[in-house]
Amino acid sequence: MSGAAGGPAGAAAERPLPAAGRKEDARFIRGRGRFLDDITLPGMLHGAILRSPLAHARIASVDTAAARAHPMVEAVITGDMLAERGLAWMPTLSADTQAVLATDKVRFQGQEVAFVVARDRYAARDALELISVEYEPLPPVTDARRALDPDAPVIRDDQPGRADNRVFDWSAGDLAATEAAFAAADVVVTQEMHYPRSHPAPLETCGAIADADPVTGRLTLWSTTQAPHAHRTLYAMITGLPEHKIRVISPDIGGGFGNKVPVYPGYLCAIAGSMLTRRPVKWTEDRSENLMSTTFARDYHMRGQIAADADGTILAVRASVLADHGAFNGAAQPSKYPAGFFHVLTGSYDLRAAYCQVTGVYTNKAPGGVAYSCSFRVTEAVYLIERLVDLLARELGADPAELRMRNLLRPEQFPYRSATGLRYDSGDYPRALRKAMQIAGYAELRAEQARRRERGELMGIGVSCFTEAVGAGPRKHMDILGLGIADGADLRVHPTGTATLSVSCQTQGQGHETTFAQIVAAELGLSPDDVDVVHGDTDRTPFGLGTYGSRSTAVSGAAAAVAARRVRERARLVAAAMLEVDPEDLEWADGAWRVRGDPEQARRIAEIAMAAHSGLELPDGVEGHLDASAVYDPPDLTFPFGAYICVTDVDPGTGEVRVRRFVAVDDCGVRINPAIVEGQIHRGLADGIGIALMQAIAFDADGNCLSGSFMDYLLPTSVECPSPELGMTVTPSPHHPLGAKGIGESATVGAPAAVVNSVMDALAPLGVRHADMPLTPAAVWRAIKGCPIRPGPIGG
Amino acid sequence: MNGAERTAEVEPRLLLIHLLRDHLGLTGSHWGCDTSNCGACVVLLDGKPVKSCTVLAAMADGHRVRTVEDLERDGRLDPVQEGFARCHGLQCGFCTPGMMLTASWLLDHDPDPSPAAIREALSGQVCRCTGYENIVRAVRWAAARRGAGPR
Repeated sequence: MSGAAGGPAGAAAERPLPAAGRKEDARFIRGRGRFLDDITLPGMLHGAILRSPLAHARIASVDTAAARAHPMVEAVITGDMLAERGLAWMPTLSADTQAVLATDKVRFQGQEVAFVVARDRYAARDALELISVEYEPLPPVTDARRALDPDAPVIRDDQPGRADNRVFDWSAGDLAATEAAFAAADVVVTQEMHYPRSHPAPLETCGAIADADPVTGRLTLWSTTQAPHAHRTLYAMITGLPEHKIRVISPDIGGGFGNKVPVYPGYLCAIAGSMLTRRPVKWTEDRSENLMSTTFARDYHMRGQIAADADGTILAVRASVLADHGAFNGAAQPSKYPAGFFHVLTGSYDLRAAYCQVTGVYTNKAPGGVAYSCSFRVTEAVYLIERLVDLLARELGADPAELRMRNLLRPEQFPYRSATGLRYDSGDYPRALRKAMQIAGYAELRAEQARRRERGELMGIGVSCFTEAVGAGPRKHMDILGLGIADGADLRVHPTGTATLSVSCQTQGQGHETTFAQIVAAELGLSPDDVDVVHGDTDRTPFGLGTYGSRSTAVSGAAAAVAARRVRERARLVAAAMLEVDPEDLEWADGAWRVRGDPEQARRIAEIAMAAHSGLELPDGVEGHLDASAVYDPPDLTFPFGAYICVTDVDPGTGEVRVRRFVAVDDCGVRINPAIVEGQIHRGLADGIGIALMQAIAFDADGNCLSGSFMDYLLPTSVECPSPELGMTVTPSPHHPLGAKGIGESATVGAPAAVVNSVMDALAPLGVRHADMPLTPAAVWRAIKGCPIRPGPIGG
Repeated sequence: MNGAERTAEVEPRLLLIHLLRDHLGLTGSHWGCDTSNCGACVVLLDGKPVKSCTVLAAMADGHRVRTVEDLERDGRLDPVQEGFARCHGLQCGFCTPGMMLTASWLLDHDPDPSPAAIREALSGQVCRCTGYENIVRAVRWAAARRGAGPR
């Protein structure tokens, strides 16, 4: 059920929907999607990767003779072979380096050691077992809190002069002002918390098909990438191939959620395999490879403190964080922000001061960092502040919703400069929280909870108010590997009045083909059925950084709108020539350029397009045709927000948590396609339940990954996810051309805190103050028994 | 195979999902996990949903296999397909074929399933995009459409 629009209504209704619903669906419901593994090229070979069974070991030798002798094997590639060509290492999106195939050491379990190319996928796997690798085991670093110990083994001894496992130190905010605020506070609450390592686990794993044409020198790479242009630039940098000879095609993508942002060694192996064999080579991961080697998310050890007056006025927040980045810093975020936008930790509240300090460390675990619908670490920050506010409420004996309400930023404070320097664009936070409380029936829920508690039942009500920071820009402050975060759009209106929009971002289920068609159609008075969207092919689309961090509508959507408005302005000149009037005498109304005062004298885009391609004498400044390009450099971040309420029931005997209700009020600015927006929220709420209750990538003390399949890495199913109750408010972004802010990650960001706050609220009568995610039945049961599970390697 | 007899000579170890995808060119069924947990590979074997990543191709010899490619007949969508499109029951589309096949099996046995019955029937399959709510609505829509008239 959806709530009614709470803000400027009608903005979405002005953008008509395609007649047949979402444009993407026609192929998917017929099984006619074209995913990476659906593609077969003539003469195609199959690759498979041999991976390290150990978390940390020196490689003494790699013997591939038996594998090469396998009758179905065409090539076996080792790290040493790549090293001869300068391809053994590649840059990561965080300007670190990562081994493509290990040469000196293996640094995490599952690391890539050798690549077999064979004539079918079963034979490639068979041949892996014929490769013999001699390892000399080294002590692994599996607990981030031990990574900086003086005697900790140095993981990245490939880097000259390196003597420790520190990746970076970074801070934001005013330390002195924060200390002063804490010194003056009546109440200070402190909590250690671990946001566990999780994995986006898209249902389609990663893969690539490389086709290096030895004659033309062209490399075509089909791959599961959310960022085809950024990948192409990286391939040019790594392989030395000229960038214009590289074409990256991202076909239908079976979910990304951040997992498909980085360049993975497997993609490079497929390229090397194709270059070596002169045939196309397909490589696809199995599920264990996906979970054990591709980018994880979170793994933040956080110590948070919140300061307040006795009357419940929150004064300041501070945090120190140890960030586990695994063996290579494979995170992707703007390069000035090694901890992403974690400094949004002031959340939705009006604080005097804030300070955060983040230290990144290497460990012998899979590389990564930022990924999984987190909006560049906003997820961790929201969890921290929302847990702290709940703990403060408990300390003060205050209702957590009321405490939030009295400290939320007020609408008149926007644009608001946060204590850590972020400029929030717009918001009405109290309205969102009031709406959530109203949908939930908050007062009745509290009364029900009191009755149940008398009967010994454990019912929890958890509140979370979140503020996100998405749509990264401007480019002068935001780049990834030196590539400014800006996106292009090309729009061509054809002579008969249909249009093709090319964008740099890549859909993975978000419905760009529909939403972007709606954007263009609304600007030009066309039907969305007459606008097709081209994406996911570097030869056919303008440059841009891709789809992640909720940036598609926020950045590419803006580029599409700007391009459409440029087309409209050019159309105005053509229409003026057609009507033999001055362009200034025309106004855009009801999908046409009309003569002021004589609106029947009008020309629609279809008529103008034909004229623009015809022999009509065109006015000065119009060369003919009807097209335009735009590169959108966002003036600033956008700040979606929301208020969530989660109701849980906990079984006191087993510790099992049941999510009974989930109320979510989201404000992502103007909604282009309300159904798609709600679908994204539904997904994120399920993520929140999964991350809070079951999803965690765990390791033992030897660095063995204990979550390498869906039997151990649990995902929420239809029986764990409730039917969400959605509401909305609409506070447009003042600096976005459409007033939109982005929605892709809001619920994943906001939901885990609501779930955990709810469970902790349920356990409050038992004196439980905090337990770390995932709140599995075992974790909850142990918290009830007074011995909560501590973060760190199991058995360590 | 979707109403037609198909013959293939295969290795004994070949999985049904790979027979479908790599040998018979039916790429609508997807592979997702290897461990029978995700259900992206669900097809109907003699009318019953099975996870084709844990069925050997040889075990399907002499049996009826139905995949997503067979849901639309004579240019007419199955109500389940229509329901998924109308209720935004899919986003990336990867789990969708398996979800639709299980849903169609469910409706054959329970023409008017409750939301709880739908969730139970689909609980062996994973969707990472929808949070399941719109899938439940899609199946309810299909049930209503099936009930309203001949297929």
